[in-house]
Amino acid sequence: MSQYNIRVVVTFGIMFLLLLMVGFGQSWSLSLSILNLCLISAIMALGVNIQWGYAGLFNVGIMGFTALGGLSAVLISKESISEAVSAGGMKMLVAIFIFSLTVGVSVYIHKKFKNKWMIIATLLVGYFTTRYFYVDAAQSIEAINPAFSGYLGGLHLPVLLSWIAGGFLAAGAAWLIGKVALGLRTDYLAITTLGISEIIIAIIKNEDWLSRGVKNVTAIPRPVPYEIDLQQAGWFKNLVEKIYAGSLDLLPVSEQAATLNAYISDASIVLVKLCYSGLFIAVLLLIIILAGLALNSPWGRMIRAIRDNEVAASAMGKNVKQRHLQIFVIGSAIAGLSGAMLVTYNGQFTPGSYIPLRYTFLIWVMVIVGGSGNNLGSVVGGFLIWFLWIEAEPVGFWLADLSTSFLDKENYIRQHLLNNAQYIRLIFMGAVLLVVMRFSPDGILPETNKKL
Amino acid sequence: MFTDIINAIILLLNFVFMPALSYGSQLALGALAVTLVYAVLRFANFAQGDTMAFSTVITILITWLLQKSGINLGFMPTALLALPCAIIACLIYVLLVDKFVYNYYRKQNSKPITIVMASVGVMFVTGGLVRFILGPEHHIFADGARFIITAREFKVMTGFSEGLAIKTSQFLTITIAILLVGFVFYFLQKTKTGKAMRAYADNQDLALLSGIDPDKVVLATWMLVAVLTTIAGVLYGLDKGFMANSYHQLLLPVFAAVIVGGIGSPMGAIVGGFVISFSEMMLTYAYKKFLIYLLPEVLQPDSLVQFLGTEYKVAISFVILVIVLLLRPTGIFKGKVI
Repeated sequence: MSQYNIRVVVTFGIMFLLLLMVGFGQSWSLSLSILNLCLISAIMALGVNIQWGYAGLFNVGIMGFTALGGLSAVLISKESISEAVSAGGMKMLVAIFIFSLTVGVSVYIHKKFKNKWMIIATLLVGYFTTRYFYVDAAQSIEAINPAFSGYLGGLHLPVLLSWIAGGFLAAGAAWLIGKVALGLRTDYLAITTLGISEIIIAIIKNEDWLSRGVKNVTAIPRPVPYEIDLQQAGWFKNLVEKIYAGSLDLLPVSEQAATLNAYISDASIVLVKLCYSGLFIAVLLLIIILAGLALNSPWGRMIRAIRDNEVAASAMGKNVKQRHLQIFVIGSAIAGLSGAMLVTYNGQFTPGSYIPLRYTFLIWVMVIVGGSGNNLGSVVGGFLIWFLWIEAEPVGFWLADLSTSFLDKENYIRQHLLNNAQYIRLIFMGAVLLVVMRFSPDGILPETNKKL
Repeated sequence: MFTDIINAIILLLNFVFMPALSYGSQLALGALAVTLVYAVLRFANFAQGDTMAFSTVITILITWLLQKSGINLGFMPTALLALPCAIIACLIYVLLVDKFVYNYYRKQNSKPITIVMASVGVMFVTGGLVRFILGPEHHIFADGARFIITAREFKVMTGFSEGLAIKTSQFLTITIAILLVGFVFYFLQKTKTGKAMRAYADNQDLALLSGIDPDKVVLATWMLVAVLTTIAGVLYGLDKGFMANSYHQLLLPVFAAVIVGGIGSPMGAIVGGFVISFSEMMLTYAYKKFLIYLLPEVLQPDSLVQFLGTEYKVAISFVILVIVLLLRPTGIFKGKVI
């Protein structure tokens, strides 16, 4: 085995061991939750790796793209609120139609006539007409039963479809951004992605008719069975009874039924999480295989050639801007997909929780630490950093507690440190990012086919 | 009729012009720092917003200390006394960051995007530090008199029914910004170090060839950046209060200002700052009362007559940014595009 292969085996082995340790030491349910979030993080990291590792595109707006994925989970899977749709649905459609028409016509005028006064006039007329329909529609939708709905609801389709839809939604946003910012200075893309992600969050937080805003959408339908149903299913009860038959026989008869029930409820939670893990692993494998095939195809070689020397590649007749646009859209689509997966897994959409420190920053640390340009590296980074992130909070708290233990319990400084201990892990993660970038820019698993 | 027109103008001056002028000055100072880093050190500094937050945090801590020991500036905010210390703290911080992070990539001649990424790392570390020290809450640290002229005093003085209030923070922002910008331009145009900086920004190789010490240029740049960053951050905090997240979100309008003005051009940064602030204020202001003064009773509006809700302020700087990138990527004052 080459040295690289040993590295891969060792790192994946360590990850597996860590999960086993949590499973045996704490609980299997916790271990599986960590695994599931690790898998989702790994998919997000893959999306970023495709943009940064393959093509050197810097996306600072991952949070926005994952939020779009999350929104699509709501719009696809929730049942529609029929009163809201009949109250304002039509007007909202008209508003959206007029808005798109305005944008389309302005772009057409810009291309065909290059007359800025005509564009300004179109925009003004379009703005006021859109606004006329929009305000009315939004108000009438939000007025309907605001405590429980107050939004349009969704299409009531299977939630798995939203994973694809989330990908497409994010891809659309990425296409718009790419059209504007690619082909200019490299940092313009970073700045515009930063902007679009802030705007997406602002829209999702404030447009209650669309996403219920900060009131959150809960009880998103699941692609896997519910624990309650499992606990009442005969086959499941028998299965658990069989598995635990040995340990149950040791107990006195009076306790057997109660213990069995406890086992059944534990097992149902674990089984549900295992179902999710299966789904997530399938998606992850699919993406890794497709990305690997693409990277090793002539197209992949062209992308890397462009990354390593743009001037030479364009001298060879490669359309740099078009390739960059493609790769930016694909990477963002994967971020959108993972956003939809995350919301499906959590069962709720909470716009308030979309903060750049969690989505954008952490994913970047994963990619850099795992090894930019290497897909397996991103998976490793996703696992490792998520694990550290989960474990860093208690460690930070413990450090703050220890370093101030000589102070009085009521001491202001001690109280303050303990309250803000959760932010220690941000500093820690940032330091990890900077140190790895500087001293080991290849990461844990370096890019394998660096030399063309 | 005539008084109605005057009243309408005073209304706009009070609620749009004055806030936009002071917010624009704060943005301009921040944008000037970004543009200087860009011109001399050649990367877009994503850590700008959070560095502003960092030096404001230092200022707040010193202010609290001063307030506790009973020192104040009368009707002026005590934070002004804390400014020099905060500037020094900020300078030490950015120099440390430069030494441990940026210096390495500069010596390596790394691609600009790598340094931008390092600055994103610095942004998050700084953000974490800021939240660790003061938490994510809103802090108000302005003391002294809130107004130089209150709306009521103005009404009594002039006899109009609308008042034009001048907040102490607005007055301070505008005066300090004028003085500081004057100083920066004098420094860049007239002093030897300033000239060396401009030469280095213009053509690095030629500057090195003519014996300009690059370390000195870098040091001078960070000194200017520390002064601008601290003052911009503290003035913004005096005006609107301190909250870690709102400083983080200042990054977008600051970048938009830099690009609108022309990246790398100091004059552009200032103009860009005002373009962004005035568009934000004018598009999110509710014109209902203004129109009531001007229009005959039949035409008076029922709604707020607001183009965009205040929650979409961030969208305005973004839209301006996109328009500039589409139509004139070099910005108003031809910056660098490659």
